[in-house]
Amino acid sequence: MTDVVHPAGSDGHGRHQEIAETTGDPIADPGLPVHQPRPTDVDPRAEKRAERQIATLFGLSSLMAILFCVAYFAFDVGSEPDVVLGMGASNVALGLTLGLALLFIGIGVIQWSRKLMTDTEIVEMRHPLRSSDADREETIAALTTGANDSGIARRPLIRNSLLGAMGALALPAVVALRDLGPLPGDVLYKTVWREGMRVVNDVSGTPIKPEWVRVGQLINAEPEIFFNGEPYGEETIEGHEQLVEKTKAAIIVVRMQPDDITPIAERENWGVDGILAYSTLCTHVGCPISLWEQQTHHLLCPCHQSTFDLADNGKVIFGPAARALPQLPLAVDDEGYLIATSDFEEPVGPSFWERG
Amino acid sequence: MRLLTARLSANRRSRFAGPVVMLLALLVTGGFYTLLSPAQAEDSASRTDDVAKGRELFLVGCSSCHGKNGEGVDSQAEGWYGPSLVGVGAAAVDFQVGTGRMPMAAPAAQAPVKKIVYSEEEIGQLAAFVASLGPGPAIPEAEQYDPETIPEDEREEAIVRGGEFFRTNCTACHNFAGSGGALPGGKYAPTLIGVDPVHIYEALVTGPQQMPVFSDEVLRPEEKRDIIAYLQSLEEQPAYGGNAMGSFGPVSEGMFAWLVGIGSLVGFAIWIASHTARSTKKGIHP
Repeated sequence: MTDVVHPAGSDGHGRHQEIAETTGDPIADPGLPVHQPRPTDVDPRAEKRAERQIATLFGLSSLMAILFCVAYFAFDVGSEPDVVLGMGASNVALGLTLGLALLFIGIGVIQWSRKLMTDTEIVEMRHPLRSSDADREETIAALTTGANDSGIARRPLIRNSLLGAMGALALPAVVALRDLGPLPGDVLYKTVWREGMRVVNDVSGTPIKPEWVRVGQLINAEPEIFFNGEPYGEETIEGHEQLVEKTKAAIIVVRMQPDDITPIAERENWGVDGILAYSTLCTHVGCPISLWEQQTHHLLCPCHQSTFDLADNGKVIFGPAARALPQLPLAVDDEGYLIATSDFEEPVGPSFWERG
Repeated sequence: MRLLTARLSANRRSRFAGPVVMLLALLVTGGFYTLLSPAQAEDSASRTDDVAKGRELFLVGCSSCHGKNGEGVDSQAEGWYGPSLVGVGAAAVDFQVGTGRMPMAAPAAQAPVKKIVYSEEEIGQLAAFVASLGPGPAIPEAEQYDPETIPEDEREEAIVRGGEFFRTNCTACHNFAGSGGALPGGKYAPTLIGVDPVHIYEALVTGPQQMPVFSDEVLRPEEKRDIIAYLQSLEEQPAYGGNAMGSFGPVSEGMFAWLVGIGSLVGFAIWIASHTARSTKKGIHP
């Protein structure tokens, strides 16, 4: 600020001389503009009006908070809720009142700062970030004193046992979280499908005969053991275990014109007259998929648009999935119902590192 | 009066009385028989009639794509121009024509629902003709598809069961609330809200366009009816959480958040940063 230079235009002549004389900042600091007061700064009536306005906003907010409480008790919820405009009255009223209560506080606060709080411009200079030398020395001295007083360097027994105690604190965490393990073993490679397991319609458990399945049909199917374990000499899988196994074993059964299907050599007998079965788990991240276009034979995953061609061995034809959809080999039993001839030959669901 | 009675009794005794009574009796019997019994004969006559009339309608309205005998028109380059209708059954006709999907206005990825072109009678005749081409699913009876036929005390159970079937078989394409969804290449799964129960049933058994078939042997008629009952219960339910925005999930809700939510936040930010009114009067406060 010491070497103030007059702006070039202020003094029409003698420009060259001024430049010659200039030392320091060649462009003048224009300084702060002249402060313009607001109407509320100069007019007491405007000030009063603004004050009332802001108080009204805060008052409205309180009113909304009270209305929230009223609405909470006034409207019925549950199996027969009060309805307004086809929407649940309770939710609509609670949301509106709470939202408006917050909004009115926000508007009031901003109006307050804009209209009444002082708004004169101020300049605040920057400070160096580095602490002063005195502060730094003091801090180091305090740390050294602390280390000497505790004697941590002189008493290795205490130091080491403390480190040991801290390490031992990890044990409770390991014990408490151990049910994240053990290692999965072969559960990622196996499902409950096996030779002779009947294919049944999901939800109803109806076994399926090939002649009931039309060309273009889709069946969301499951192994029969979730509905009736007796024919397999086992208990019906139920409860939590059923939920776990059902996710992995879910299949879709589809029927196409046999001429449209192009099986690879070892899968030529995996279908029954154009009826094929595939896992419903997308090989990308495992979304369940049954979005099948019967005319194009494409199966689409709604999560990330992976597309599989079920007429071509479940090959990926679009999207991020890296592996073909696992196919379940089918046959027909003595009574004419669809059965699996083995488990899936590869893990179902998303790929994982150990698969390579 | 006396004269009349005399004449009647005279006639009764006439030698024609016997044959006349016989003739009357025959006429009455014959009349009743025509009224009550030979419905079959007349039915089959009218059915043949329907097939003939349906064929006429078909030749005018449908044959340019589906061929003169419903055998389909195969374009070498792009597959079926119009698919074969042999074996699609009356249900397919009632669904496609009864919802206005057919006849299509122009070749497209999918036939959209539009104004119905044919009268109910004409749709019946077309259905009769197409059904005569080969065996296929018939137009279902009301007790197969109409949730109204479920006894009142079993309805709730039926709706719960229908919900399970719906979530297993339908939501992949038609969305959790039955409001439909997009498919690739301009195709889409239409909304199920407000669709006639009979058309839902027919779509399930015939598998129109990209939709798979759900045959009656695997997904039984009463299970289909339960699905329809569940869909109707969805329609009757109020949107408990507030405006459902078409139940399209993250699409419409995200659009609302971006446009209205963030839009109004930007509005507030502009308002906060905008200049307040200034006075040219000299300030009282410094």
